[in-house]
Amino acid sequence: MTATGVIAIAVVVFVILLCAWPLGRYIFRTFAGERTWVDPAVRPIEHVLFRLIGVNPDVDMDWKAYLRAMMAANLIMALFAYGVFRLQNFLPLNPAHIPAMPPYLAFNTAASFITNTNWQNYAGEQSLSYLGQMIGITFLQFTSAATGLVAAMAFLRGMSRQKTNSLGNFWVDLVKAHTRLLMPLALIFAILLMALGVPETLSGPAVVHTLAGSMQTIARGPVATLEAIKQLGTNGGGFFNANSAHPFEDPNVWTCILEIMAMGLIPMALVFTAGHFLHSRRIAIVLCTLLSAILLIGAYVVYAYEAGGNPILTHALGIHGPNMEGKEVRFGLPLTSLFVASTTAFTTGAVNAMHDSLMPVSGMVPLLFMMFNLIFGGKGVGLLNILMFLIISVFISGLMVGRTPEIFGKKIEAREVKLATAAMLVHPFVILVPTAIAMALPSARASMTNPGLHGFSEVLYAFTSAAANNGSAFAGLNGNTPFYNIALGLVMLFGRYVSIIAMLAIAGALAAKARIPETSGTLKVDTFAFGYVFVAVFIIVGALTFFPYLALGPIGEQLQLT
Amino acid sequence: MVNVLRSLRFTAVFAALLGIVYPFVGVVVGHIAFPWQSQGSLVQVKGRVVGSELIAEAFPQPMWFQARPSAVNYNASGSGGSNLGPTNPELVKEVSKNLRTVLKQNPSLSVAQVPTSMVESSGSGLDPDITLKDAYDQIPRISDATGLSQAWLKTLVQRKASAPALGLFGESMVNVIELNLSIWEALHTDKQAGSAK
Repeated sequence: MTATGVIAIAVVVFVILLCAWPLGRYIFRTFAGERTWVDPAVRPIEHVLFRLIGVNPDVDMDWKAYLRAMMAANLIMALFAYGVFRLQNFLPLNPAHIPAMPPYLAFNTAASFITNTNWQNYAGEQSLSYLGQMIGITFLQFTSAATGLVAAMAFLRGMSRQKTNSLGNFWVDLVKAHTRLLMPLALIFAILLMALGVPETLSGPAVVHTLAGSMQTIARGPVATLEAIKQLGTNGGGFFNANSAHPFEDPNVWTCILEIMAMGLIPMALVFTAGHFLHSRRIAIVLCTLLSAILLIGAYVVYAYEAGGNPILTHALGIHGPNMEGKEVRFGLPLTSLFVASTTAFTTGAVNAMHDSLMPVSGMVPLLFMMFNLIFGGKGVGLLNILMFLIISVFISGLMVGRTPEIFGKKIEAREVKLATAAMLVHPFVILVPTAIAMALPSARASMTNPGLHGFSEVLYAFTSAAANNGSAFAGLNGNTPFYNIALGLVMLFGRYVSIIAMLAIAGALAAKARIPETSGTLKVDTFAFGYVFVAVFIIVGALTFFPYLALGPIGEQLQLT
Repeated sequence: MVNVLRSLRFTAVFAALLGIVYPFVGVVVGHIAFPWQSQGSLVQVKGRVVGSELIAEAFPQPMWFQARPSAVNYNASGSGGSNLGPTNPELVKEVSKNLRTVLKQNPSLSVAQVPTSMVESSGSGLDPDITLKDAYDQIPRISDATGLSQAWLKTLVQRKASAPALGLFGESMVNVIELNLSIWEALHTDKQAGSAK
């Protein structure tokens, strides 16, 4: 661990915050219906798209209508992707002659990409045709990110409006999320990646005669366009099995920095967007400061433990140095560590080092971040989780000081607290119960490739990653079995939709309420004092819920090292 | 029902837009603006493609700079790491095997000098870069096998080395494919190159 490395990590996080600030304002203006500078260019395109889809953009939806449209769209897109994966051998753009995906795996993959998880029980370069990567994977990487984003926008409208049923129009929001945010950003980002060395081609694998006199087949494909939305959409599902550790996905430090920035950009911007919606810049500053601090602490913990190396190898073999198992030289330890922390903070799930080979404490950082699920969090849903925990924190503090709980002028009543609690509890439930079931099944235990406590961590990591819609893995676990394909697929679906449904219901309730004026008795939410309460609440809830499992996994394994 | 119909229309329109048009625009831009990168940074020797500058190859003979150990045996139609956990006894076995190989090939090295990056497998299995120390450690062996002088090889490594960007990001390292291309050229263009320099 060097001072340069510590600074390098802080610099990248700071730069993301700087870029996120103006973007947050732009996102606010876009979804609050204000005029933006892109209007003249984008309006005509949107009108064509509305007509093609059959949408009347002037219709307003209440929360139930918004939710119905969202669920229908998600169901149809998931079925479409499932069909593409199952039939890819009959479809064009399959130069490597890849066969159809088997049913369980195709279910898991469709569930994984529609929920923005991008858990991969397959190796991309060997199991998907180019067409599958394009209209299956790339397509869902856009739309799942957009779905999370618009759900958050609907919620913020509910909080900021009063005495209304309207949360906006789902189809209009969904189209705007693409035309005004994701597509332009992804295209710019894809071109930058190409310039820096990421391939983008429809030619099949390159077969070469190596200098040493043997043959090598080099998989390639339309990587840059997928990579761009994979990072920007906090998706994480790579073109290649090795994900961002693969030199074609992430060829140098500049692409590495860009990819970290792309993961964090929109989730951080959304916190500023929330500040604009709620007319409180302070809440954005408080949240960004505290969450960035937690992100940095996580990155530094990973950095420290990886730089320390593996004492078992030192004792057994006498070698000294950082833990380089599963890492690439070109990123260096600081950026590798920041990537590990960011990919789980922003619930992206891309990896540029193999998490399974991290030291136990470093491996616990991504686990914890996914258990919290709100260190900025994934596209939109991260903000929803933050707001959910704000509601719960307001409720708890209200009880403690004997004041009526309210948040930004909206009274928090029994219905909202019940719904927020349901949204909060589903996350640990779909992690802890399936992990326990897997441990009870010999066939599920057989999928662990590492013995002992680390094997348990692999299974715990898998269900945590699925529930948090993250998608990174302790990849030694062989997830391509009927049990894991189905169980993880279901966990991803529950982890995603239960909380979105509950949060939209809360949004509907909040929108209908009148705003009550602030008095001297009002508990101020946008202060650092309340920010600390918020952090304490989610850490205590997380720690109490997950500690026994963490003790059996990474904590126990760390104790075995010494 | 109207939602299902709209969803079908949305899926058709946006699957075409995001799944076909967007990647095709990318392919066209790549083809025109970045013809070399977009095809996978392929490198040629005498008009014959010998690999990608970004992808490690197996270099079993002592005359080449070797890349880091690969869990996929440098098979670039796949990729991946060993995924061995830090407390897994298999990890000790794997690293110990790699260590024995390195020591056998480079008798001038002692255990304490071997950097972890040279005996622990990379994340992708295709890591094309090695640290400068890894490169310098291999020079005596390559010099013996090729007849190229140690001084020339050292200059070569220094010439091809890349420093951390802005002094902050990344490692001091060198690309194995680039090094070996230079060795190939030195051996094939001028037999005397090594000793002359």
